[in-house]
Amino acid sequence: MIAYLLRRLAATVPVVLGILLATFAIQAAIPTDAVSAMFQGQLSDNEAAEAAAMLRERYKLDRPWPERFAHYVHQLAHGDLGESVRTREPVADEIGWRYLNTLKLTAAALVVAVLLGLGLGLLAAWRRGSWLDLAATSLSLAGASIPGFVAGLLMVLVFAVWLRWVPVLADGWRSLILPALTLGLIEAAPLARVARSAMIEVLGSDFIRAARAKGMTEWALLTRHALPNALLAVVTLVGLQVGSLLGGAFIIEVVFGWPGIGELAVQAIQWRDFTITQAVILIGALTYVAVNLVVDLMYALIDPRIELGAA
Amino acid sequence: MKPISPWQALLRHRSAQVGGTLLALIMLAALAAPAMSAWDPIAVDTAHRLLPPGTEHWLGTDELGRDVFSRIVHGARWFVGIGLATLAASAVPGIVLGLAAGIGPRWLNLLISGIADVLLSFPYVLLMLAVVAILGPSLGTAIIAVGIGGVPGYIRLVRGEVLALRQAEFVEALQALGASRWQIARRALLPNIASPLVVYASFVTPLSVLAAAALSFLGLGVQPPAPEWGAMLVNARNLLLTAWWATAAPGFAIFLAIFSTNLLGNALRDVLDPRSRWAAT
Repeated sequence: MIAYLLRRLAATVPVVLGILLATFAIQAAIPTDAVSAMFQGQLSDNEAAEAAAMLRERYKLDRPWPERFAHYVHQLAHGDLGESVRTREPVADEIGWRYLNTLKLTAAALVVAVLLGLGLGLLAAWRRGSWLDLAATSLSLAGASIPGFVAGLLMVLVFAVWLRWVPVLADGWRSLILPALTLGLIEAAPLARVARSAMIEVLGSDFIRAARAKGMTEWALLTRHALPNALLAVVTLVGLQVGSLLGGAFIIEVVFGWPGIGELAVQAIQWRDFTITQAVILIGALTYVAVNLVVDLMYALIDPRIELGAA
Repeated sequence: MKPISPWQALLRHRSAQVGGTLLALIMLAALAAPAMSAWDPIAVDTAHRLLPPGTEHWLGTDELGRDVFSRIVHGARWFVGIGLATLAASAVPGIVLGLAAGIGPRWLNLLISGIADVLLSFPYVLLMLAVVAILGPSLGTAIIAVGIGGVPGYIRLVRGEVLALRQAEFVEALQALGASRWQIARRALLPNIASPLVVYASFVTPLSVLAAAALSFLGLGVQPPAPEWGAMLVNARNLLLTAWWATAAPGFAIFLAIFSTNLLGNALRDVLDPRSRWAAT
Protein backbone atom coordinates (compact mmCIF):
# COMPACT_ATOMS: atom_id res chain seq x y z
CA MET A 1 0.00 0.00 0.00
CA ILE A 2 2.78 2.45 0.92
CA ALA A 3 4.68 1.57 -2.23
CA TYR A 4 1.53 2.19 -4.25
CA LEU A 5 0.99 5.50 -2.51
CA LEU A 6 4.53 6.63 -3.29
CA ARG A 7 4.31 5.54 -6.91
CA ARG A 8 1.00 7.32 -7.32
CA LEU A 9 2.47 10.47 -5.77
CA ALA A 10 5.50 10.30 -8.04
CA ALA A 11 3.21 10.09 -11.05
CA THR A 12 1.69 13.46 -10.18
CA VAL A 13 5.07 15.24 -10.33
CA PRO A 14 5.19 15.62 -14.14
CA VAL A 15 1.52 16.55 -14.14
CA VAL A 16 2.04 19.33 -11.61
CA LEU A 17 5.08 20.52 -13.56
CA GLY A 18 2.96 20.62 -16.72
CA ILE A 19 0.27 22.62 -14.92
CA LEU A 20 2.88 25.09 -13.68
CA LEU A 21 4.29 25.49 -17.20
CA ALA A 22 0.85 26.00 -18.69
CA THR A 23 -0.15 28.65 -16.16
CA PHE A 24 3.24 30.30 -16.59
CA ALA A 25 2.54 30.51 -20.32
CA ILE A 26 -0.45 32.74 -19.56
CA GLN A 27 1.91 35.25 -18.00
CA ALA A 28 4.60 34.80 -20.64
CA ALA A 29 2.16 35.34 -23.48
CA ILE A 30 1.02 38.83 -22.54
CA PRO A 31 3.74 40.66 -20.60
CA THR A 32 4.14 43.90 -22.57
CA ASP A 33 0.42 44.22 -23.26
CA ALA A 34 -0.34 43.84 -19.61
CA VAL A 35 2.21 46.38 -18.44
CA SER A 36 1.06 49.13 -20.79
CA ALA A 37 -2.63 48.23 -20.47
CA MET A 38 -2.47 48.70 -16.72
CA PHE A 39 -1.54 52.35 -16.84
CA GLN A 40 -3.46 53.52 -19.83
CA GLY A 41 -5.06 56.83 -19.09
CA GLN A 42 -4.21 56.68 -15.39
CA LEU A 43 -0.74 58.18 -15.30
CA SER A 44 1.41 60.64 -17.24
CA ASP A 45 3.84 59.14 -19.75
CA ASN A 46 6.80 59.52 -17.41
CA GLU A 47 5.06 57.95 -14.47
CA ALA A 48 3.75 55.16 -16.67
CA ALA A 49 7.23 54.40 -17.95
CA GLU A 50 8.57 54.33 -14.41
CA ALA A 51 5.79 52.11 -13.14
CA ALA A 52 6.13 49.80 -16.12
CA ALA A 53 9.85 49.48 -15.40
CA MET A 54 9.05 48.60 -11.79
CA LEU A 55 6.61 45.99 -12.92
CA ARG A 56 9.07 44.53 -15.41
CA GLU A 57 11.47 44.21 -12.51
CA ARG A 58 8.82 42.60 -10.28
CA TYR A 59 7.82 39.99 -12.84
CA LYS A 60 11.33 39.85 -14.35
CA LEU A 61 9.76 40.43 -17.75
CA ASP A 62 13.13 41.24 -19.37
CA ARG A 63 14.74 38.00 -18.32
CA PRO A 64 14.86 34.77 -20.36
CA TRP A 65 11.89 32.52 -19.71
CA PRO A 66 13.60 29.70 -17.75
CA GLU A 67 14.71 32.29 -15.21
CA ARG A 68 11.23 33.76 -15.09
CA PHE A 69 9.72 30.32 -14.67
CA ALA A 70 12.07 29.60 -11.77
CA HIS A 71 11.06 32.94 -10.28
CA TYR A 72 7.36 32.07 -10.74
CA VAL A 73 7.76 28.72 -9.01
CA HIS A 74 9.87 30.29 -6.26
CA GLN A 75 7.15 32.83 -5.53
CA LEU A 76 4.45 30.16 -5.54
CA ALA A 77 6.52 28.06 -3.16
CA HIS A 78 6.41 30.99 -0.77
CA GLY A 79 2.65 31.20 -1.07
CA ASP A 80 2.86 34.40 -3.12
CA LEU A 81 0.29 34.48 -5.92
CA GLY A 82 1.18 38.05 -6.84
CA GLU A 83 -1.27 40.92 -6.98
CA SER A 84 -4.17 41.58 -9.28
CA VAL A 85 -3.12 43.64 -12.30
CA ARG A 86 -6.42 45.49 -12.14
CA THR A 87 -7.25 46.06 -8.48
CA ARG A 88 -3.72 45.83 -7.01
CA GLU A 89 -5.12 43.63 -4.24
CA PRO A 90 -3.15 40.47 -3.40
CA VAL A 91 -4.46 37.66 -5.61
CA ALA A 92 -4.83 35.39 -2.59
CA ASP A 93 -7.32 37.84 -1.02
CA GLU A 94 -9.36 38.03 -4.21
CA ILE A 95 -9.44 34.29 -4.68
CA GLY A 96 -9.66 32.79 -1.19
CA TRP A 97 -13.32 33.40 -0.31
CA ARG A 98 -14.43 32.83 -3.89
CA TYR A 99 -12.66 29.47 -3.89
CA LEU A 100 -14.73 28.44 -0.86
CA ASN A 101 -17.88 29.49 -2.71
CA THR A 102 -16.91 27.36 -5.70
CA LEU A 103 -16.22 24.38 -3.42
CA LYS A 104 -19.60 24.90 -1.75
CA LEU A 105 -21.36 24.88 -5.11
CA THR A 106 -19.40 21.88 -6.38
CA ALA A 107 -20.00 19.86 -3.23
CA ALA A 108 -23.74 20.59 -3.20
CA ALA A 109 -23.99 19.69 -6.89
CA LEU A 110 -22.04 16.48 -6.32
CA VAL A 111 -24.54 15.40 -3.66
CA VAL A 112 -27.46 16.13 -6.00
CA ALA A 113 -25.73 14.32 -8.87
CA VAL A 114 -24.86 11.19 -6.89
CA LEU A 115 -28.28 10.84 -5.24
CA LEU A 116 -30.14 11.44 -8.45
CA GLY A 117 -27.81 9.62 -10.83
CA LEU A 118 -27.41 6.58 -8.62
CA GLY A 119 -31.12 6.45 -7.83
CA LEU A 120 -32.21 6.74 -11.45
CA GLY A 121 -29.59 4.28 -12.65
CA LEU A 122 -30.51 1.67 -10.04
CA LEU A 123 -34.23 2.01 -10.67
CA ALA A 124 -33.71 1.72 -14.40
CA ALA A 125 -31.57 -1.39 -14.04
CA TRP A 126 -33.91 -2.99 -11.50
CA ARG A 127 -36.98 -2.55 -13.71
CA ARG A 128 -35.14 -2.92 -16.98
CA GLY A 129 -37.30 -2.39 -20.05
CA SER A 130 -40.16 -0.78 -18.10
CA TRP A 131 -41.40 2.79 -18.46
CA LEU A 132 -39.18 3.66 -15.49
CA ASP A 133 -36.16 2.51 -17.45
CA LEU A 134 -37.28 4.40 -20.53
CA ALA A 135 -37.84 7.57 -18.51
CA ALA A 136 -34.45 7.30 -16.82
CA THR A 137 -32.53 6.64 -20.03
CA SER A 138 -34.31 9.42 -21.94
CA LEU A 139 -33.68 11.79 -19.07
CA SER A 140 -30.00 10.96 -19.08
CA LEU A 141 -29.77 11.45 -22.86
CA ALA A 142 -31.58 14.79 -22.57
CA GLY A 143 -29.25 15.76 -19.72
CA ALA A 144 -26.26 15.02 -21.92
CA SER A 145 -27.64 17.35 -24.59
CA ILE A 146 -28.40 20.42 -22.50
CA PRO A 147 -25.44 22.75 -21.99
CA GLY A 148 -25.11 23.94 -18.39
CA PHE A 149 -25.77 27.54 -19.25
CA VAL A 150 -28.98 26.70 -21.12
CA ALA A 151 -30.19 24.47 -18.29
CA GLY A 152 -29.40 27.24 -15.81
CA LEU A 153 -31.36 29.84 -17.73
CA LEU A 154 -34.25 27.40 -18.06
CA MET A 155 -34.23 26.82 -14.28
CA VAL A 156 -34.33 30.56 -13.63
CA LEU A 157 -37.15 30.97 -16.13
CA VAL A 158 -39.26 28.15 -14.69
CA PHE A 159 -38.61 28.33 -10.95
CA ALA A 160 -37.90 32.01 -10.42
CA VAL A 161 -39.83 33.81 -13.16
CA TRP A 162 -42.86 31.60 -13.82
CA LEU A 163 -43.42 29.62 -10.60
CA ARG A 164 -41.78 32.18 -8.27
CA TRP A 165 -40.63 29.44 -5.88
CA VAL A 166 -37.29 31.15 -5.40
CA PRO A 167 -36.48 34.84 -5.89
CA VAL A 168 -34.58 35.70 -9.10
CA LEU A 169 -31.88 37.35 -7.05
CA ALA A 170 -31.73 35.19 -3.93
CA ASP A 171 -29.27 35.71 -1.11
CA GLY A 172 -27.81 33.47 1.57
CA TRP A 173 -28.22 29.72 1.27
CA ARG A 174 -31.25 30.06 -0.98
CA SER A 175 -29.04 31.45 -3.71
CA LEU A 176 -27.29 28.08 -3.77
CA ILE A 177 -30.43 26.06 -4.59
CA LEU A 178 -30.81 26.71 -8.30
CA PRO A 179 -27.12 26.63 -9.28
CA ALA A 180 -26.48 23.44 -7.30
CA LEU A 181 -29.61 21.79 -8.71
CA THR A 182 -28.69 22.73 -12.27
CA LEU A 183 -25.11 21.52 -12.04
CA GLY A 184 -26.19 18.38 -10.16
CA LEU A 185 -28.87 17.51 -12.72
CA ILE A 186 -26.44 17.76 -15.59
CA GLU A 187 -23.77 15.70 -13.90
CA ALA A 188 -26.36 13.11 -12.87
CA ALA A 189 -26.88 12.12 -16.52
CA PRO A 190 -23.61 10.22 -17.12
CA LEU A 191 -23.75 8.81 -13.59
CA ALA A 192 -27.19 7.35 -14.19
CA ARG A 193 -25.98 5.74 -17.39
CA VAL A 194 -22.95 4.12 -15.76
CA ALA A 195 -24.88 3.08 -12.64
CA ARG A 196 -27.51 1.47 -14.85
CA SER A 197 -25.14 -0.61 -16.93
CA ALA A 198 -23.02 -1.58 -13.89
CA MET A 199 -26.16 -2.70 -12.07
CA ILE A 200 -27.45 -4.65 -15.05
CA GLU A 201 -24.17 -6.49 -15.21
CA VAL A 202 -24.17 -7.28 -11.48
CA LEU A 203 -27.84 -8.28 -11.44
CA GLY A 204 -27.19 -10.77 -14.21
CA SER A 205 -24.39 -12.55 -12.36
CA ASP A 206 -24.61 -15.99 -10.79
CA PHE A 207 -24.31 -14.95 -7.15
CA ILE A 208 -27.37 -12.72 -7.48
CA ARG A 209 -29.34 -15.58 -8.97
CA ALA A 210 -28.18 -17.76 -6.08
CA ALA A 211 -29.28 -15.14 -3.55
CA ARG A 212 -32.68 -14.87 -5.23
CA ALA A 213 -33.01 -18.63 -5.25
CA LYS A 214 -32.46 -18.88 -1.53
CA GLY A 215 -35.33 -16.45 -1.02
CA MET A 216 -33.60 -13.20 -0.22
CA THR A 217 -35.88 -10.16 -0.39
CA GLU A 218 -35.43 -7.80 -3.34
CA TRP A 219 -34.46 -4.94 -1.04
CA ALA A 220 -31.76 -6.89 0.77
CA LEU A 221 -30.55 -8.21 -2.56
CA LEU A 222 -30.19 -4.74 -3.98
CA THR A 223 -28.65 -3.04 -0.98
CA ARG A 224 -26.44 -5.83 0.37
CA HIS A 225 -25.17 -7.46 -2.82
CA ALA A 226 -25.86 -5.54 -5.98
CA LEU A 227 -25.20 -2.00 -4.85
CA PRO A 228 -21.73 -2.51 -3.32
CA ASN A 229 -20.58 -4.32 -6.46
CA ALA A 230 -21.93 -1.70 -8.81
CA LEU A 231 -20.50 1.08 -6.68
CA LEU A 232 -16.97 0.57 -7.95
CA ALA A 233 -17.73 1.77 -11.46
CA VAL A 234 -19.63 4.69 -9.98
CA VAL A 235 -16.76 5.77 -7.70
CA THR A 236 -14.37 5.78 -10.64
CA LEU A 237 -16.74 7.93 -12.65
CA VAL A 238 -17.31 10.34 -9.77
CA GLY A 239 -13.55 10.88 -9.64
CA LEU A 240 -13.43 11.60 -13.33
CA GLN A 241 -16.48 13.79 -13.02
CA VAL A 242 -14.97 16.13 -10.47
CA GLY A 243 -13.18 17.74 -13.41
CA SER A 244 -16.35 18.36 -15.36
CA LEU A 245 -18.13 19.41 -12.15
CA LEU A 246 -15.45 21.99 -11.51
CA GLY A 247 -15.54 23.16 -15.12
CA GLY A 248 -19.33 23.13 -15.11
CA ALA A 249 -19.30 25.18 -11.92
CA PHE A 250 -17.26 27.86 -13.70
CA ILE A 251 -20.01 28.31 -16.29
CA ILE A 252 -22.93 27.93 -13.86
CA GLU A 253 -21.37 30.63 -11.67
CA VAL A 254 -21.57 33.07 -14.56
CA VAL A 255 -25.20 32.15 -15.30
CA PHE A 256 -26.33 32.70 -11.72
CA GLY A 257 -23.89 35.41 -10.71
CA TRP A 258 -22.53 33.09 -8.01
CA PRO A 259 -19.32 34.72 -6.74
CA GLY A 260 -16.86 31.87 -7.20
CA ILE A 261 -13.51 31.56 -8.94
CA GLY A 262 -15.14 30.70 -12.27
CA GLU A 263 -16.95 33.99 -12.50
CA LEU A 264 -13.75 35.70 -11.43
CA ALA A 265 -11.70 33.92 -14.11
CA VAL A 266 -14.06 34.89 -16.91
CA GLN A 267 -13.94 38.55 -15.85
CA ALA A 268 -10.17 38.40 -15.42
CA ILE A 269 -9.68 37.05 -18.96
CA GLN A 270 -11.79 39.86 -20.36
CA TRP A 271 -9.84 42.45 -18.35
CA ARG A 272 -6.52 40.84 -19.25
CA ASP A 273 -5.81 40.48 -15.54
CA PHE A 274 -3.27 37.74 -16.09
CA THR A 275 -2.24 37.22 -12.46
CA ILE A 276 -5.81 36.38 -11.44
CA THR A 277 -6.43 34.17 -14.49
CA GLN A 278 -3.18 32.35 -13.86
CA ALA A 279 -3.94 31.74 -10.19
CA VAL A 280 -7.52 30.56 -10.77
CA ILE A 281 -6.45 28.06 -13.42
CA LEU A 282 -3.56 26.89 -11.27
CA ILE A 283 -5.77 26.37 -8.23
CA GLY A 284 -8.54 24.71 -10.25
CA ALA A 285 -6.13 22.27 -11.89
CA LEU A 286 -4.34 21.46 -8.61
CA THR A 287 -7.69 20.82 -6.93
CA TYR A 288 -8.55 18.38 -9.71
CA VAL A 289 -5.21 16.58 -9.37
CA ALA A 290 -5.61 16.33 -5.60
CA VAL A 291 -9.17 15.00 -5.83
CA ASN A 292 -8.13 12.37 -8.34
CA LEU A 293 -5.28 11.31 -6.10
CA VAL A 294 -7.75 10.80 -3.25
CA VAL A 295 -10.20 8.96 -5.51
CA ASP A 296 -7.48 6.60 -6.73
CA LEU A 297 -6.49 5.78 -3.19
CA MET A 298 -10.12 5.25 -2.18
CA TYR A 299 -10.53 3.02 -5.18
CA ALA A 300 -7.68 0.85 -4.00
CA LEU A 301 -9.22 0.69 -0.53
CA ILE A 302 -12.74 -0.21 -1.71
CA ASP A 303 -11.71 -3.02 -4.02
CA PRO A 304 -9.08 -5.34 -2.59
CA ARG A 305 -8.91 -7.11 -5.96
CA ILE A 306 -7.19 -4.15 -7.55
CA GLU A 307 -3.67 -5.11 -8.27
CA LEU A 308 -1.75 -2.26 -6.74
CA GLY A 309 1.47 -3.26 -8.43
CA ALA A 310 0.07 -2.80 -11.90
CA ALA A 311 -1.20 0.71 -11.38
CA MET B 1 -30.16 -14.33 -42.69
CA LYS B 2 -28.17 -12.11 -45.02
CA PRO B 3 -25.67 -9.91 -43.19
CA ILE B 4 -26.38 -6.21 -43.64
CA SER B 5 -23.85 -3.45 -44.19
CA PRO B 6 -23.26 -0.79 -41.48
CA TRP B 7 -25.01 1.71 -43.76
CA GLN B 8 -28.15 -0.35 -43.97
CA ALA B 9 -28.07 -1.00 -40.25
CA LEU B 10 -27.76 2.72 -39.63
CA LEU B 11 -30.67 3.53 -41.94
CA ARG B 12 -32.85 1.07 -40.04
CA HIS B 13 -31.83 2.36 -36.61
CA ARG B 14 -34.59 4.39 -35.00
CA SER B 15 -32.40 7.00 -33.27
CA ALA B 16 -30.29 7.38 -36.42
CA GLN B 17 -33.47 8.14 -38.36
CA VAL B 18 -34.62 10.78 -35.88
CA GLY B 19 -31.19 12.31 -35.24
CA GLY B 20 -30.25 12.22 -38.92
CA THR B 21 -33.47 13.91 -40.00
CA LEU B 22 -33.07 16.67 -37.41
CA LEU B 23 -29.44 17.23 -38.39
CA ALA B 24 -30.40 17.32 -42.06
CA LEU B 25 -32.97 20.02 -41.26
CA ILE B 26 -30.31 22.02 -39.42
CA MET B 27 -27.94 21.67 -42.40
CA LEU B 28 -30.76 22.78 -44.68
CA ALA B 29 -31.36 25.84 -42.48
CA ALA B 30 -27.63 26.60 -42.64
CA LEU B 31 -27.64 26.43 -46.44
CA ALA B 32 -30.90 28.25 -47.05
CA ALA B 33 -30.74 30.74 -44.17
CA PRO B 34 -31.14 33.94 -46.24
CA ALA B 35 -34.09 32.45 -48.14
CA MET B 36 -35.86 31.28 -45.00
CA SER B 37 -36.30 34.67 -43.38
CA ALA B 38 -36.93 38.08 -44.85
CA TRP B 39 -35.24 39.79 -41.89
CA ASP B 40 -31.58 40.73 -41.63
CA PRO B 41 -30.16 38.80 -38.62
CA ILE B 42 -28.02 41.71 -37.42
CA ALA B 43 -30.06 44.76 -38.46
CA VAL B 44 -30.90 46.85 -35.39
CA ASP B 45 -34.48 48.20 -35.23
CA THR B 46 -34.96 50.07 -31.96
CA ALA B 47 -38.60 50.90 -32.76
CA HIS B 48 -39.48 47.20 -32.54
CA ARG B 49 -37.60 45.99 -29.48
CA LEU B 50 -38.66 42.92 -27.46
CA LEU B 51 -41.76 42.16 -29.53
CA PRO B 52 -43.40 38.86 -28.55
CA PRO B 53 -43.70 36.12 -31.20
CA GLY B 54 -46.32 36.93 -33.84
CA THR B 55 -47.09 36.77 -37.55
CA GLU B 56 -44.56 39.48 -38.41
CA HIS B 57 -41.69 38.19 -36.29
CA TRP B 58 -42.28 34.46 -35.84
CA LEU B 59 -40.10 34.18 -32.74
CA GLY B 60 -40.33 37.81 -31.67
CA THR B 61 -37.49 40.32 -31.51
CA ASP B 62 -34.58 40.78 -29.09
CA GLU B 63 -33.40 43.76 -27.07
CA LEU B 64 -32.10 45.50 -30.21
CA GLY B 65 -35.18 44.76 -32.29
CA ARG B 66 -33.50 42.03 -34.33
CA ASP B 67 -35.66 39.21 -35.65
CA VAL B 68 -35.05 36.15 -33.45
CA PHE B 69 -36.16 33.58 -36.05
CA SER B 70 -33.75 34.97 -38.62
CA ARG B 71 -30.94 34.90 -36.07
CA ILE B 72 -31.74 31.29 -35.13
CA VAL B 73 -31.72 30.17 -38.78
CA HIS B 74 -28.47 31.98 -39.50
CA GLY B 75 -27.09 30.54 -36.27
CA ALA B 76 -27.32 27.10 -37.88
CA ARG B 77 -24.41 28.19 -40.10
CA TRP B 78 -22.29 28.91 -37.06
CA PHE B 79 -23.28 25.61 -35.51
CA VAL B 80 -22.34 23.54 -38.57
CA GLY B 81 -19.18 25.53 -39.26
CA ILE B 82 -17.93 25.43 -35.67
CA GLY B 83 -18.81 21.73 -35.43
CA LEU B 84 -16.71 20.86 -38.46
CA ALA B 85 -13.87 23.18 -37.44
CA THR B 86 -13.59 21.83 -33.91
CA LEU B 87 -13.81 18.25 -35.20
CA ALA B 88 -10.89 18.92 -37.54
CA ALA B 89 -8.96 20.87 -34.91
CA SER B 90 -8.94 17.97 -32.47
CA ALA B 91 -9.13 14.90 -34.72
CA VAL B 92 -6.35 15.76 -37.18
CA PRO B 93 -3.57 16.57 -34.68
CA GLY B 94 -4.86 13.85 -32.38
CA ILE B 95 -4.69 11.15 -35.05
CA VAL B 96 -1.29 12.26 -36.35
CA LEU B 97 0.23 12.41 -32.86
CA GLY B 98 -1.42 9.15 -31.83
CA LEU B 99 -0.05 7.39 -34.90
CA ALA B 100 3.39 8.88 -34.30
CA ALA B 101 3.31 7.68 -30.69
CA GLY B 102 2.14 4.25 -31.76
CA ILE B 103 4.62 3.55 -34.55
CA GLY B 104 7.45 5.95 -33.71
CA PRO B 105 10.50 5.35 -31.53
CA ARG B 106 10.09 4.80 -27.80
CA TRP B 107 11.13 8.32 -26.78
CA LEU B 108 8.50 9.84 -29.08
CA ASN B 109 5.84 7.57 -27.61
CA LEU B 110 6.82 8.65 -24.08
CA LEU B 111 6.91 12.34 -25.01
CA ILE B 112 3.54 12.33 -26.77
CA SER B 113 1.76 10.28 -24.11
CA GLY B 114 3.30 12.54 -21.47
CA ILE B 115 1.86 15.61 -23.15
CA ALA B 116 -1.52 13.89 -23.48
CA ASP B 117 -1.45 12.98 -19.78
CA VAL B 118 -0.72 16.55 -18.73
CA LEU B 119 -3.50 17.89 -20.98
CA LEU B 120 -5.90 15.31 -19.56
CA SER B 121 -5.00 16.33 -16.02
CA PHE B 122 -6.62 19.70 -16.71
CA PRO B 123 -10.37 19.85 -16.35
CA TYR B 124 -11.66 20.58 -19.86
CA VAL B 125 -13.08 24.02 -19.12
CA LEU B 126 -9.90 25.14 -17.33
CA LEU B 127 -7.79 24.05 -20.29
CA MET B 128 -9.99 26.05 -22.65
CA LEU B 129 -9.86 29.11 -20.41
CA ALA B 130 -6.06 28.85 -20.25
CA VAL B 131 -5.84 28.82 -24.06
CA VAL B 132 -8.25 31.76 -24.33
CA ALA B 133 -6.24 33.66 -21.70
CA ILE B 134 -3.05 33.12 -23.73
CA LEU B 135 -4.46 33.89 -27.19
CA GLY B 136 -7.19 36.41 -26.34
CA PRO B 137 -10.95 35.92 -26.88
CA SER B 138 -12.08 35.37 -30.51
CA LEU B 139 -13.74 32.79 -32.75
CA GLY B 140 -10.38 31.38 -33.87
CA THR B 141 -9.21 31.09 -30.27
CA ALA B 142 -12.41 29.31 -29.28
CA ILE B 143 -11.89 26.72 -32.02
CA ILE B 144 -8.24 26.22 -31.09
CA ALA B 145 -9.13 26.01 -27.38
CA VAL B 146 -11.88 23.45 -27.93
CA GLY B 147 -9.65 21.63 -30.42
CA ILE B 148 -6.74 21.33 -27.99
CA GLY B 149 -9.14 20.12 -25.33
CA GLY B 150 -10.12 17.24 -27.61
CA VAL B 151 -6.64 16.29 -28.83
CA PRO B 152 -5.45 14.11 -25.91
CA GLY B 153 -8.52 11.87 -26.17
CA TYR B 154 -7.77 11.12 -29.83
CA ILE B 155 -4.09 10.57 -29.04
CA ARG B 156 -4.93 7.99 -26.38
CA LEU B 157 -7.42 6.17 -28.56
CA VAL B 158 -5.24 6.01 -31.68
CA ARG B 159 -2.07 5.14 -29.78
CA GLY B 160 -3.81 2.34 -27.91
CA GLU B 161 -5.37 0.85 -31.04
CA VAL B 162 -2.09 1.11 -32.96
CA LEU B 163 -0.06 -0.53 -30.20
CA ALA B 164 -2.53 -3.42 -30.20
CA LEU B 165 -2.52 -3.72 -33.99
CA ARG B 166 1.26 -3.66 -34.26
CA GLN B 167 1.36 -7.20 -32.91
CA ALA B 168 -1.06 -8.43 -35.58
CA GLU B 169 0.31 -10.87 -38.11
CA PHE B 170 -0.63 -8.87 -41.18
CA VAL B 171 1.31 -5.89 -39.84
CA GLU B 172 4.34 -8.06 -39.11
CA ALA B 173 4.02 -9.50 -42.61
CA LEU B 174 4.11 -5.99 -44.09
CA GLN B 175 7.16 -5.20 -42.00
CA ALA B 176 8.86 -8.35 -43.23
CA LEU B 177 8.08 -7.29 -46.79
CA GLY B 178 9.98 -4.07 -46.15
CA ALA B 179 7.10 -1.60 -45.97
CA SER B 180 8.02 1.73 -44.38
CA ARG B 181 6.41 2.91 -41.15
CA TRP B 182 4.40 5.49 -43.05
CA GLN B 183 3.13 2.91 -45.54
CA ILE B 184 2.09 0.61 -42.71
CA ALA B 185 0.31 3.46 -40.96
CA ARG B 186 -1.59 4.51 -44.06
CA ARG B 187 -2.39 1.13 -45.60
CA ALA B 188 -2.78 -1.14 -42.60
CA LEU B 189 -3.35 0.83 -39.42
CA LEU B 190 -5.64 3.73 -40.35
CA PRO B 191 -8.30 1.63 -42.11
CA ASN B 192 -8.43 -0.69 -39.13
CA ILE B 193 -8.91 2.02 -36.54
CA ALA B 194 -11.50 3.88 -38.63
CA SER B 195 -14.49 2.43 -36.87
CA PRO B 196 -13.43 3.09 -33.25
CA LEU B 197 -12.42 6.56 -34.47
CA VAL B 198 -15.89 7.25 -35.88
CA VAL B 199 -17.46 6.00 -32.67
CA TYR B 200 -15.22 8.20 -30.56
CA ALA B 201 -15.74 11.24 -32.78
CA SER B 202 -19.51 10.80 -32.62
CA PHE B 203 -19.24 10.82 -28.85
CA VAL B 204 -16.95 13.85 -28.39
CA THR B 205 -18.04 16.15 -31.23
CA PRO B 206 -21.31 17.14 -29.51
CA LEU B 207 -19.27 17.92 -26.41
CA SER B 208 -16.92 20.12 -28.45
CA VAL B 209 -19.73 22.07 -30.07
CA LEU B 210 -21.28 22.49 -26.65
CA ALA B 211 -18.00 23.78 -25.23
CA ALA B 212 -17.63 26.27 -28.09
CA ALA B 213 -21.17 27.55 -27.50
CA ALA B 214 -20.35 27.87 -23.78
CA LEU B 215 -17.27 29.97 -24.60
CA SER B 216 -19.41 32.27 -26.75
CA PHE B 217 -21.93 32.51 -23.93
CA LEU B 218 -19.12 33.54 -21.56
CA GLY B 219 -18.14 36.27 -24.02
CA LEU B 220 -14.89 34.46 -24.82
CA GLY B 221 -15.73 32.98 -28.24
CA VAL B 222 -17.85 34.25 -31.11
CA GLN B 223 -18.47 37.93 -30.41
CA PRO B 224 -21.79 39.79 -30.72
CA PRO B 225 -23.55 40.83 -32.92
CA ALA B 226 -22.93 37.52 -34.74
CA PRO B 227 -26.08 35.37 -34.62
CA GLU B 228 -24.32 32.46 -32.91
CA TRP B 229 -26.63 30.62 -30.50
CA GLY B 230 -24.28 30.79 -27.50
CA ALA B 231 -23.51 34.46 -28.12
CA MET B 232 -27.25 35.17 -28.38
CA LEU B 233 -27.57 34.12 -24.75
CA VAL B 234 -24.98 36.55 -23.36
CA ASN B 235 -27.64 39.00 -22.17
CA ALA B 236 -30.21 36.29 -21.56
CA ARG B 237 -30.30 36.66 -17.80
CA ASN B 238 -31.43 40.25 -18.01
CA LEU B 239 -34.02 39.39 -20.64
CA LEU B 240 -35.67 36.50 -18.80
CA LEU B 241 -38.14 38.75 -16.99
CA THR B 242 -39.16 40.81 -20.00
CA ALA B 243 -38.69 38.70 -23.14
CA TRP B 244 -38.25 35.00 -22.39
CA TRP B 245 -38.59 34.04 -26.08
CA ALA B 246 -35.34 35.77 -26.95
CA THR B 247 -33.63 33.36 -24.55
CA ALA B 248 -35.73 30.24 -25.05
CA ALA B 249 -35.23 30.18 -28.83
CA PRO B 250 -31.40 29.96 -28.94
CA GLY B 251 -31.42 27.73 -25.86
CA PHE B 252 -33.78 25.29 -27.55
CA ALA B 253 -31.82 25.48 -30.80
CA ILE B 254 -28.62 24.46 -29.00
CA PHE B 255 -30.43 21.63 -27.21
CA LEU B 256 -31.99 20.32 -30.41
CA ALA B 257 -28.73 20.45 -32.34
CA ILE B 258 -26.71 18.66 -29.65
CA PHE B 259 -29.55 16.20 -29.00
CA SER B 260 -29.76 15.15 -32.65
CA THR B 261 -25.96 14.80 -32.85
CA ASN B 262 -26.09 12.61 -29.75
CA LEU B 263 -28.88 10.47 -31.19
CA LEU B 264 -26.94 9.91 -34.39
CA GLY B 265 -23.80 9.21 -32.34
CA ASN B 266 -25.58 6.59 -30.22
CA ALA B 267 -26.81 4.88 -33.37
CA LEU B 268 -23.32 4.90 -34.89
CA ARG B 269 -21.99 3.35 -31.70
CA ASP B 270 -24.61 0.61 -31.80
CA VAL B 271 -23.85 -0.19 -35.41
CA LEU B 272 -20.07 0.01 -35.33
CA ASP B 273 -19.29 -1.14 -31.81
CA PRO B 274 -21.30 -4.25 -30.87
CA ARG B 275 -19.88 -4.19 -27.35
CA SER B 276 -21.77 -1.09 -26.28
CA ARG B 277 -25.41 -1.50 -27.09
CA TRP B 278 -26.70 0.57 -24.24
CA ALA B 279 -29.29 2.41 -26.28
CA ALA B 280 -30.74 -0.76 -27.74
CA THR B 281 -31.22 -2.67 -24.49
